[in-house]
Amino acid sequence: MGCGLMDLDFDIVDLDPVDHPEEGDTAPDFTRPLVNDEFWEDESLASVCADSDRVVLVFHAMDGAFPATYIWNEIRDRAWHEQATVVGVSISTPYEHKQLLEEREIEGDYRLFSDPANGVAQQYSIDMDLDGMAGVEEPRPSVFVLDSDRTIEYAWVAQEWPDFPDYDEVEAHL
Amino acid sequence: MSESDITLYRLQACPFCERVVRKLNEYGLDYQSRFVEPMHADRDVVKRLSGKRTVPAIVDENTGVTMSESANIVAYLERTYGEGEETAWGVA
Repeated sequence: MGCGLMDLDFDIVDLDPVDHPEEGDTAPDFTRPLVNDEFWEDESLASVCADSDRVVLVFHAMDGAFPATYIWNEIRDRAWHEQATVVGVSISTPYEHKQLLEEREIEGDYRLFSDPANGVAQQYSIDMDLDGMAGVEEPRPSVFVLDSDRTIEYAWVAQEWPDFPDYDEVEAHL
Repeated sequence: MSESDITLYRLQACPFCERVVRKLNEYGLDYQSRFVEPMHADRDVVKRLSGKRTVPAIVDENTGVTMSESANIVAYLERTYGEGEETAWGVA
């Protein structure tokens, strides 16, 4: 995973179980600004799915936090965009998303939904408060693999914080 | 998601863009907003469409028109969608 979390000799934070959308469910639809390499515009998850057989929806920490950096480096290095349409969601603004796309060198291959009020995470029941950042919440790290009808073929939601997806497991569903 | 025939390329908080938005709203026209880079040099998408990097710019698939400069756009909208109203060309 690259950050050495497995070597820690103390417990990390366990998150309470939540009732998130599961495999076989239809992923809740939403519309948010979707940021690409050149502009952003309101786009629905349904329309992203309608354009692709396989969509990977990646909820991640705010842009600039190390988990966001690590997860996009890993996805980039694995070239998931060759097998699926991969879109991220975080509470960061479109301006920050532009910067992330640029810095991770994933412009043109990946797009990011901007959800500063964390409403999408609330819709998916994966919202969490951030300790020490008053008034700020963001999604739990989560990955959903969807088909063109938004049916969930694979779902992973973090049970501890921080946590990273099992990339091989996700890849097996692409 | 681009169900609208009109696409407006805009910059957040740009008064020239808001001027066009007011006109679109006045005529009840449905439009899709695409927000571009504050950095002029990075606005290649607009340059490809209109030949210039300035916003606002609109693409109207009803008429096949692509256009920039807010005054031009407002005059175009009045001419095309503002039947019977006074336009930049006089009284239509």
